[in-house]
This record gives sequence, C-alpha cells and structure tokens, in this order.
Amino acid sequence: MRLFVSEGVPGCLPVLAAAGRARGRAEVLISTVGPEDCVVPFLTRPKVPVLQLDSGNYLFSTSAICRYFFLLSGWEQDDLTNQWLEWEATELQPALSAALYYLVVQGKKGEDVLGSVRRALTHIDHSLSRQNCPFLAGETESLADIVLWGALYPLLQDPAYLPEELSALHSWFQTLSTQEPCQRAAETVLKQQGVLALRPYLQKQPQPSPPEGRAVTNEPEEEELATLSEEEIAMAVTAWEKGLESLPPLRPQQNPVLPVAGERNVLITSALPYVNNVPHLGNIIGCVLSADVFARYSRLRQWNTLYLCGTDEYGTATETKALEEGLTPQEICDKYHIIHADIYRWFNISFDIFGRTTTPQQTKITQDIFQRLLKRGFVLQDTVEQLRCEHCARFLADRFVEGVCPFCGYEEARGDQCDKCGKLINAVELKKPQCKVCRSCPVVQSTQHLFLDLPKLEKRLEEWLGRTLPGSDWTPNARFITLSWLRDGLKPRCITRDLKWGTPVPLEGFEDKVFYVWFDATIGYLSITANYTDQWERWWKNPEQVDLYQFMAKDNVPFHSLVFPCSALGAEDNYTLVSHLIATEYLNYEDGKFSKSRGVGVFGDMAQDTGIPADIWRFYLLYIRPEGQDSAFSWMDLLLKNNSELLNNLGNFINRAGMFVSKFFGGYVPEMVLTPDDQRLLAHVTLELQHYHQLLEKVRIRDALRSILTISRHGNQYIQVNEPWKRIKGSEADRQRAGTVTGLAVNIAALLSVMLQPYMPTVSATIQAQLQLPPPACSILLTNFLCTLPAGHQIGTVSPLFQKLENDQIESLRQRFGGGQLEETFDLKAKTSPKPAVVETVTTARPQQIQALMDEVTKQGNIVRELKAQKADKNEVAAEVVKLLDLKKQLAVAEGKPPEAPKGKKKK
Amino acid sequence: MAAAAELSLLEKSLGLNKGNKYSAQGERQIPVLQTNNGPSLTGLTTIAAHLVKQANKEYLLGSTAEEKAIVQQWLEYRVTQVDGHSSKNDIHTLLKDLNSYLEDKVYLTGYNFTLADILLYYGLHRFIVDLTVQEKEKYLNVSRWFCHIQHYPGIRQHLSSVVFIKNRLYTNSH
Repeated sequence: MRLFVSEGVPGCLPVLAAAGRARGRAEVLISTVGPEDCVVPFLTRPKVPVLQLDSGNYLFSTSAICRYFFLLSGWEQDDLTNQWLEWEATELQPALSAALYYLVVQGKKGEDVLGSVRRALTHIDHSLSRQNCPFLAGETESLADIVLWGALYPLLQDPAYLPEELSALHSWFQTLSTQEPCQRAAETVLKQQGVLALRPYLQKQPQPSPPEGRAVTNEPEEEELATLSEEEIAMAVTAWEKGLESLPPLRPQQNPVLPVAGERNVLITSALPYVNNVPHLGNIIGCVLSADVFARYSRLRQWNTLYLCGTDEYGTATETKALEEGLTPQEICDKYHIIHADIYRWFNISFDIFGRTTTPQQTKITQDIFQRLLKRGFVLQDTVEQLRCEHCARFLADRFVEGVCPFCGYEEARGDQCDKCGKLINAVELKKPQCKVCRSCPVVQSTQHLFLDLPKLEKRLEEWLGRTLPGSDWTPNARFITLSWLRDGLKPRCITRDLKWGTPVPLEGFEDKVFYVWFDATIGYLSITANYTDQWERWWKNPEQVDLYQFMAKDNVPFHSLVFPCSALGAEDNYTLVSHLIATEYLNYEDGKFSKSRGVGVFGDMAQDTGIPADIWRFYLLYIRPEGQDSAFSWMDLLLKNNSELLNNLGNFINRAGMFVSKFFGGYVPEMVLTPDDQRLLAHVTLELQHYHQLLEKVRIRDALRSILTISRHGNQYIQVNEPWKRIKGSEADRQRAGTVTGLAVNIAALLSVMLQPYMPTVSATIQAQLQLPPPACSILLTNFLCTLPAGHQIGTVSPLFQKLENDQIESLRQRFGGGQLEETFDLKAKTSPKPAVVETVTTARPQQIQALMDEVTKQGNIVRELKAQKADKNEVAAEVVKLLDLKKQLAVAEGKPPEAPKGKKKK
Repeated sequence: MAAAAELSLLEKSLGLNKGNKYSAQGERQIPVLQTNNGPSLTGLTTIAAHLVKQANKEYLLGSTAEEKAIVQQWLEYRVTQVDGHSSKNDIHTLLKDLNSYLEDKVYLTGYNFTLADILLYYGLHRFIVDLTVQEKEKYLNVSRWFCHIQHYPGIRQHLSSVVFIKNRLYTNSH
C-alpha cells in the first residue's frame, strides 16, 4: 500500500505517527506529494493524506487511515474510541481549523485564537481528569490519542495555546509529544517551523465562518454539569439517608504502625531533604507536603498508613559547613535536623517518623546490602587514577582541584569542568593542578574504587519495571526519565568516595573511604524505619503486602527508580520496591523565573514570619502544585486565591451554612424534606466526591483540590437560588423549604470539612469543632455523601474561617522576599565592609579584610562545587552561586578592581 | 430528520425491539444515549455502531480491517460532509464525487452491505428526493446505489420511496 503525505498538511501528523503500527503486517510505501495534488481519482477537491490500499481502494480520511493501521496491529474497535473520533471530526476539527486560520493566516494572537478552541480543549481536559486514566480510551495509548494528538499538535506545541489550568490535557499532550513516532511525524510535517509550516496549506482553506448562534465570548465555558441518570440520583439519596450508620468503626491507633495481612498497607516516603540547607517552598511542595496530603488521605480511607521522612546528613557539604561554623559534622547535623523538624511541624506535616541517616542502623543496613551485592558478584573493583594531595594526605575529589584547562588554557579550570570553554575535564588532565584547600601540587596516584555493576542488573530491573509500571500510578515524568535512562543503557556507577563523613565501607583496603551518598541515601528510608521499630522488615521486606509510594522532585527519580531498585534486586533479600513513584516538576518563584537562578524566594522558616497561617500556605502551594508541568509561586496570585477561593467561595459557603443553622434554627439542624432538585444536588455532590477519590487514588493532588472548590461553588449557588433568609420569614411551606436548604447546606459543609482535611488540617478541625461533627465522621471519608448532621443535631459557635489578604500587606511581603534571604545577609555584610558607593575610594579596604574576603570566596567556591558534584538541588546550587558571585564582587571592590559583569566567569 | 428519529429507524431495521430514549445535546442536537451499565454515548455514528453490536450484527461494521476502516470513513463522511454542508453547490460536488466512487461498486465497501450504506442512505434521503429526473440520471451510480438500498429489507420503513426510471432520458448524455 502507498501512503501519500505532504509537508505542512496537519492531517499527515497522526497518519505518520500511526504508520508504525502496521509494521510487520503490511508494507507501507510513503510518497511525498504537494498539498494540492489530487491523488484520489474520485474526489473533486485535493485531499492529503491518502492511503492507497492494495485492493486499489482509497482511504482519504485521516482518522480512517490511522484506524486502519491500528486494526492491522490487532487493535479492536470500541465505543469510546468511536466517540472520540466522531467528536474529533465534528467538533474539534472545525474549531481547530478556525483557530489555526486566525493564528497563521490572519496573524491573530492570544484569546482571539484560543477562544475558538477553549471549549474543546476543556472538554478533553475534563474527560481525562474525570475518567481517571492517563489516555483517552484507557490505560494505554491508542487510536483516539494519536488522532487527537495529531490534530492538536500544530496549535498546542506553542505553550501559549496550551492553557496552564488544563493540567490533565497538558500532561497527556506532553506524554504523547515525547514519544518517538510522534516526534518524528512532527519533524517530517512541520520541519521545525512550528505552526508556520502550515501556512501555504491554510491559505488555501476557506475562511472559517463565525460559529452560528453562539455568542462570541472569551470567558471560559462554565463547567458543564454532568448528566445524571435516575439510578445515580436514587443511589445518592439512599446513601445519604443511611447517614452515620454506614460509617465503619474507626481503626484503633497502633504504635508502632505495622502492616496487617489482608488490609491495604500503605508505606509513604518523602525524599530526604539534605540537612544543611533550610528547605525552600519548592522543596516543601515537591515532597514533604505532597506526601503529607496523600498520607492524610490514606488515613481518611482507613488504610493502614506509615509516613516517614528524615534528614539526609552524610556528605562533604556537611563537613564544609561544620568547618565554616566551627562545629563537628555531627553537631551540624543535630543543629539543622532540629531546624528542619521545626519547619515541618509548623507546616503541620503528619510524619509518623521524622528520622535521620546518621545512625548505627544506617551503617548496619547499608553494609548488609553491600555485602550481599558483593557476595553475588554485583560489585566491581577498579583502579582509578586520582590526584592525591600529600600535604592534606588525601585523595582529592574532582572539585577539590583547580588548574590550567588542557583545552583552552584557562587558569582556573575546575577538576570536572572548565568554566571558560565549558568542556568536561578529567581532573588528572589538568595542567599545573593545585589542591583547593592548601594550594600545594597534588600527585597522580592510582587508587581503588568500588562500582555497582548496573549493566549486570539491568535485565532484572527491566523485568521488575515491566511488572510494576503498567497500571501503576507512576507520574509520566518518572516513567519518562526512567525509560530514557534504560534506553541509553546503564553503566557501572562508582559507589565509594574519599571522604570521612559517611557510611564506612566494610572492605579491606577501603578504610579511608565511605559510601557515596547516592548509594546509601535511599537506604535511609529503611534505617529510619528501623529506628522506629525493630520490626522494620515487615514494611521493607514485604512486597506482597505493602504498597510503597515515594514522593520526590523529578531530579531525584533515577536514584529511586533505577539505582536503589538495582541494589535491592541484586541483594536478593525480598525488599519492598516502589509501587508508585510520584515526581513533581519544579516550582518557580514570581515572574516565571526559577528562584534557583536568582537565589530568591521564600524559605520554610520565613513562611512563619509572614503572619500568614500554615494552612493558607499549604492551600496555595497545593493549588499550584507543579503536577504535570512547572508552575510558579506568585504573591499576587496567593492573595487572589486566598480572597476568591478561600474567603469568598469556601469560607463564605461554610460560614453561611453554619450561620443559618445558628440564627434561624437556634443552633439545631432543621428537618430536611428533599425535593427532586435537592436530590439532584445530592447526586452532583456525590459525583464530585467520587471524582475527588478517583483523583487522589491516582495521587492527582492538585486536581482533587478543585473538586472541593467545585462542591462549595455548587453549595453557594444552591443557597443563592433558594434564598433561605427570605423563606424563613414566609409561609409554613417556605419555612420548611428554608430548613431543608439550610440542613442540606450544613451537611455539605460537614462533608467539605472532611475532604479538606488532607489539605488544610487546622481549618478542617476548626470547621468540625464549629459544627460539632460526630467523631467517626471526622476521620473517615467514604465514597458516598452521607447525612452526618441529622435533624436535631446541635452545632457549636460559628465564626469566619479565613481572613482577607490586603494588597499592601502582600506587596510589602513581595518586596521583602523579592531579593530574599541573600539581600538581607548582603546588607549586613555591607555594613561592615565597604558599600558599593565606596567604589572609588578603593584603597580603604585593609589587607585583613581582603584576606578575609578571599577566604570566604574560596570557602564559598568549595560549597558550590560540592553541591554541583553531588547533583544537589539546582535551587540550592544557584543560591550558593549567587552568594559566591556577590562575595567575588565585594572582593573586587575591596581590591580596587572595577566590579565585573555579573557572570563572574571572566575573573582575572 | 432528527438524529433521534434516525436512530429509532436504525433500531428497527436492526431488529432491536426495545426502543432506546435519546436526549439531544447542544445546538446541533447531537444524540446522546444513556446506556444501562456504562457511561453515556454521544454522537450519531458512535451510537449507531453501538446498536449494531447490540443487535449482534457486527458484520455490518465490516469484516476485514480494510472494510472496517472504509465503513468508518464513510460514516465520518456522512456526519462531516453530508450533514455539514447544505448549500446546493456543496451537495452537487458531493454527489459527483460519490457517483464517481460508486462507478465500480455495489455498496460503499464494494460487495458487502454495511452500516455505512444505511446511514448514508438516511443522510442523503432529503437531498435525493429533491433531485430532478435529469439530475438523478446525471448521478446514475448514486441513483442505482440509492435505489438498491431503499429496497433492502427493513431499511426504508416510513421514508418516502424515491422513484428512479429505468429508461434513460438522454441516451447520449455524458
């Protein structure tokens, strides 16, 4: 058969992406023709793409061609796919053609383009997030995904036309766009010119007529209310009427929490924060807070839950910090561990354990895993040529050496990379190497290092991933990162380092070395549990009974998805491996710029000083959780979300519902006589509640928060339409109606308090206290909406839940944190050393001052290199780099040199 | 013909006795079927294919991969081209193309009667009844096919029967 395609014709995207499906079943010849060529003899108008079948027949419909390829691969047609393709042809295509025409031919931008497709995009997004599958027609990518992806790609490849709030659409689109067949199709058709490649084609298309009978509006479509069947309504009413009876007994609290056979046992870990840095808001939302929401949700479902975290304490960064502060590494860890613990306590993180990695258990378990790996032949020993400083009597890690770049002659090249030419350097190749610490010349010596033989374990790893990934809730980025590492092939990884502050290597000849952090940091989860209970193996050597959820930012994925699983599989000790790896993207700070690059932003300990309650921080961070895409923290947006969503929507509804009970019914929940309208509302709330459950079961934390706000919007509307404050003054029937509306509303408020518990625990408890919600109903969330506050129930005193944030308050916070931590410390320094204004009177700086600054620059330089070498969080690194550059600037000023360009790379 | 009415016709022609109730969505009145034990289905051809399966007449969706794709192609053609354009000009281009396509075919897939024939017949009915005798002769292959389908047992039902004359008016035309 022959496939006719043409550059710059949108329909060619999906057919090329799907053509691979026919491979092995049929030979597909691809011919490129002009977009105006009439390939099909019986069609008057030109049509591309076209598939000429061996029978002589033609397929001239893009979807039909794709469908044919899929059918050849053994795929079976189904209703859902048919529905998507019909919708694509009848609804999406007309809207998209119009949008593309406006954009490419008429040069319109923004809402003028997006307006015509927004409704369709929203429809896809809602369907994806409602049906609870990563793809349009199920768990795997299929025909509908390819056809819709191909249709949408020309527009959505420009992020400006992929609305940020449509996060489900966003992650679906990204997943598909990164797949190889899709990428290749896009290259072939768009030739890297983006949407402009379609220009010649689109110019030939008729100008789209404005949609008939539909008011032209830029407003996003109101969420369409799902159509409810009579059965759904009847079921919701039955469940509601059962009320408190249907609640199961509360699980008794266990201590320690241990897995129970026959129950769902959920083990939750949050990435271990590195001890010597105060966590940033991005770190907090990236792991501890996200994991906390899931842990709290898991407990609301009465799943047997253990949530653990702790500080990661080994490594040279700790050693350096200790030198800097004149303390021992252990003292540094003790000090910062407390700082971390305090911050998380303030944020109300519900750890069952918050431990640390510098414990005897860590040594014991790490060494045991190592010994097992060694015995089974998964550890390699190799000789490495390394620089050794005789003066300091130690081998120098890459970043402890400086010298002349062998490529460009730059004099201050580092042991791993030259800052000037950017080339990677092997430290032994440096000319005139110098020890960073004592400045003496190191010598080359060979030394032994240990390597984990990942290539030998790769097959086991692939088998395990093959069993684990399908049907699991790994985030798309985690899957993608893992699979791309595997595709490139694993290489042996060095697991030892010439350091002191670490887990000792239990092998002769390695007395001066410790395990490298990435080998033993992930073992921290096990040792932290071991310090909590001596029965830790019931969690960690129990893959049949335990469901392990691991939360982290995406830069941590390889250690959790590849390295640790390889160690564990090689150790052959029946370890519990991650079932669901939940990775976030990055959180930016204001202006869309990474806080990391400017060292700007809010740090955990500062959030407390803003006067904004922890629950508001939690709410906003979760509302903008970088789920599926990067997102940004913005002070203005925080104010808006607080004042609109919390104050006006959620707070207003809950407060009104409670106030009506107090004011009109003396604090007792009135009788409720449900009309069909009320029953319909019950069913809608139930549906939204089920949606919330579906999302949280899939750890779609940010999306599930929207369900809470949607229910409260329904509630506000309900009160607004029914006006109980007027009816209470009317006839007997009116008063009864006011009672029903108030009763139903206050029950919705009670439901919201429980749904809110994972997100805003303090606010949730406050609502429950105000409503006097019976205890079991506070701690269990079923999938049905129950009447938990029956008629006659007495509520407590109702008061407002949220405070308005004022513009000037937020503006002053924005300014305070806009230069963040660094400016403040810099100001302090500027008071003791010459201010920038003193540039001309350069000689005022005394030699000691210059020396002190030089020392600081050296010290800071070490910190930065350490961090980079450890692949530390980019944010941390950037913050330290900013400090370094500022120190260098001060030094230059003190030395009487003109201040350099902020790049800091051309330092003389 | 409203989509719901058309689907009722289809139900009868498939021998499905229990009539479904359809609601309509949006200004184009897209039919929606609330199935008993699943989510609702939206769209004429989607529901039609679903009904065919319900009636255990899957062969009407095509037997081979090629046939299946061709059936779906013409179903799409029906909802996008036949329903999408109502100007006289568009319809004539459409009939011309279809006429040319059907030159060597008995049915849309070639030799097998399928759902595509049924829905294209229903969709074109309102245009064909208005054709002049000359036009019917101009689109001879369409006329032959249409006449064939309207006589297929159980398809036409209450729709008017369109008369085609057997003898050509203009023996030397085209």
